[in-house]
Amino acid sequence: MSTTEKTIVISRFDPDKDEAPYTQEYQVPCDPSWKVLDAVNFIKDELDATVSHRWSCRMAVCGSCGMMVNGEPKLTCKTALDEYGDRVEIEPLANFPVVRDLVVELDGFMHKFESVKPWIKRVKERAEDMENFNEKGTYSQSAEELGRFKQFSMCINCMLCYAACPVVANEPEFLGPAAIALGHRYNLDTRDEGTEERHEIFRGEGTVFSCSYANECSEVCPKGVDPAAAVNQAKFGAVIDWAKGLVLPRAPHAAD
Amino acid sequence: MDVSRHDIVIVGGGGAGLRAAIEAAQNNPGASIALVSKVYPMRSHTVSAEGGAAAVARDDDNLELHGFDTVKGSDFLGDQDAIQYFVQEAPKELALLENWGCPFSRNEDGTVATRAFGGMTTKRTWYAADKIGFHMLHTLFQHSMRFKNIVRYDEYFVSKLLVDDGVCRGVAALDIRTGEYHTILGRGVILTTGGGGKIFPFTTNGTIKTGDGMALAYRAGVPLKDMEFVQYHPTGLPGTGILITEATRGEGGFLRNNQGERFLVEYDYGVGNKAELGPRDMISRAIVQEIEAGRGFKGPYGEYVQLDLTHLGEDKIDSRLPFVRLLAKTYVGVDPVHEPIPIRPVVHYMMGGVDTDINGATELPGLYAAGETACVSINGANRLGSNSLTECLVFGAAAANHAMDFSKGSSDGNEAALTAQAEEEAARVDELRGRKKGGEKISAIRRELNNVMESACGVYREQESMQHGVGAVAQLRSRVADLRLEDDSKVFNTELITALELANMVEVAETLAVSAAHRKESRGAHTCKDFTTRNDDDYLYHTMAYHDAAGPRLGKKDVVLGKWVPEERKY
Repeated sequence: MSTTEKTIVISRFDPDKDEAPYTQEYQVPCDPSWKVLDAVNFIKDELDATVSHRWSCRMAVCGSCGMMVNGEPKLTCKTALDEYGDRVEIEPLANFPVVRDLVVELDGFMHKFESVKPWIKRVKERAEDMENFNEKGTYSQSAEELGRFKQFSMCINCMLCYAACPVVANEPEFLGPAAIALGHRYNLDTRDEGTEERHEIFRGEGTVFSCSYANECSEVCPKGVDPAAAVNQAKFGAVIDWAKGLVLPRAPHAAD
Repeated sequence: MDVSRHDIVIVGGGGAGLRAAIEAAQNNPGASIALVSKVYPMRSHTVSAEGGAAAVARDDDNLELHGFDTVKGSDFLGDQDAIQYFVQEAPKELALLENWGCPFSRNEDGTVATRAFGGMTTKRTWYAADKIGFHMLHTLFQHSMRFKNIVRYDEYFVSKLLVDDGVCRGVAALDIRTGEYHTILGRGVILTTGGGGKIFPFTTNGTIKTGDGMALAYRAGVPLKDMEFVQYHPTGLPGTGILITEATRGEGGFLRNNQGERFLVEYDYGVGNKAELGPRDMISRAIVQEIEAGRGFKGPYGEYVQLDLTHLGEDKIDSRLPFVRLLAKTYVGVDPVHEPIPIRPVVHYMMGGVDTDINGATELPGLYAAGETACVSINGANRLGSNSLTECLVFGAAAANHAMDFSKGSSDGNEAALTAQAEEEAARVDELRGRKKGGEKISAIRRELNNVMESACGVYREQESMQHGVGAVAQLRSRVADLRLEDDSKVFNTELITALELANMVEVAETLAVSAAHRKESRGAHTCKDFTTRNDDDYLYHTMAYHDAAGPRLGKKDVVLGKWVPEERKY
């Protein structure tokens, strides 16, 4: 199959050797079927083994290979290379500390992710909760109830939304789109009893109210999660719960 | 060197590893559970499973039927005690996954929906549209965060098991971010690193599937069992090998040749009236035969047949198979609502793996394995689709409980000796980093290995090509000792990781080729052109491959039979 030569510009940085990131250009014979990731892999395999990047599934579900492509956050295994011209610039995801080359640090993201308590919270321990299960040992849930949160459960943690978010850029402590969408996903799940507690978290440090409705997160999301909608709904819920807290006694929190 | 101590150490953060960690952490609140993975757990390849997970759920189903389907699917090489335990635990495990938040698709009455799958008598595959692996992995990972006694080592590459006084007591792990080695000690170690499909060129597997856990156990003297049995999934996208789930056929899809015929109906491929819902080994063979008979389509990435979903309609495809639609559009430019999807058989799963008993225990005290890494064996010579995710849960939990029991009765061992082993490993890997004196290129050896494995151990196999493959892989193993590496940096040196993975791949591939060449019969996924029938008189046993300096040394292990007596496998 005939290939087209493109100039692939890779952002390079090795903290042990470099004071600041710089760019390096590679001439790559690109197959028309290639995704952006294929070009980076070609460089790694054939031209320069020192280029560092993450990838795995190459089918848009593991979330490893997010990078900035010509300045926009993209899942590189899903992004066709022929959408771009002869020169393609690839950088690590914006708004994250860079570990090396195209590899960013996830510590802050993972901390935010865990902080919204992304698991089914129940007031009673499982053994005391059996009355809520059907004869198959599961909760019953209608297709409609599933539909309320399903979209927000589709996040692959690729972090493109953090790279796109203007608030994350200015307020690093902001919980951010994916973490809020995840917390909200559990709040909408009929099996969960942790909503009030998560709303408290949403009102705390990194508050959801920092969101400025830029909607960039939903525009770059490769899985159609629409985190901006989740953030908006979460803001509303967090306010209502706060107002209720002014007039009503607090219910006990569900156990972790 | 940093040394940390835990009660048990789990290597691998996919379905089996996370399930093991949760089980150990929940049942032992005072214990410390290390979860070590070369990637962040949500990147694990469990994420890519699509169709569903099997467990009896319906009134027209029972454990007996699931058991027999699995035994028959295994071509009678599965161990029947393990299979009975598996089918009995399966419904409880999937119910737990539901209780933990997995967004399973639902019936109208609010119960979990089930769909048809290949080789299964009735609908027993629980599903979440066509992304069960993604949802299972994320549900487990998120649920695991409840447990503060799970200590994660994300992006740590384990390159050696630490063994003292004949007991496995920890691992030596490279922190990929810093390039520094860590000694992670525990009185029990569980391997849950998945399979090694990347030894083949055309595979559904992600790039991280390099057989690491299998190689770790093998080098520590634990045999790899039934390695010759490699599952070719019938429906992969040409070129990339991306998986198109069997659920497409469970939901009513057809396979067609270039005559427009449903060849599984028109010709006798042994699948009977199951047609497209026959087991994977038989359907992959049928596709290869159709292509050899001149009834395939020619394409830029080899010949293929078609998976036709057009009669299902847009609504059904969007509600049940939305990911398939996206994959087909994105990676082959086909919208399955309007056009058939080109597909061909693709390496998908290893039935073989680290030999364990029904509790996940290996021959090496203190070492356990579960999931695709392990061979218990419930899958025998051919796994039924949707059994493997459930296997991760059932045997992940079992291995955790048995490893925790073992750890309570075991001692810490000689910490100085264990740390010394880790120091030695760190020095070995340090020498490899940026090793300019070698002459062999990683990507070249990997390509050669891929080509050898495809020609030696494909859907159809022959003695001559298998024997040739055995010799070729042995040569590659010696060439791996002479790798040339360009990257001498410590921080996130992925070239170094790739070199370590390549060494694992070559060793796993060698056990596979040697085991395949020795089995002179056709059983399940191991199909020989020169030995076309199953031979229970001579080969109704598990193949055991032991590490030896000269290459794998083979042994045998009895198959655990039971109430299901081997019979001709016809559907």
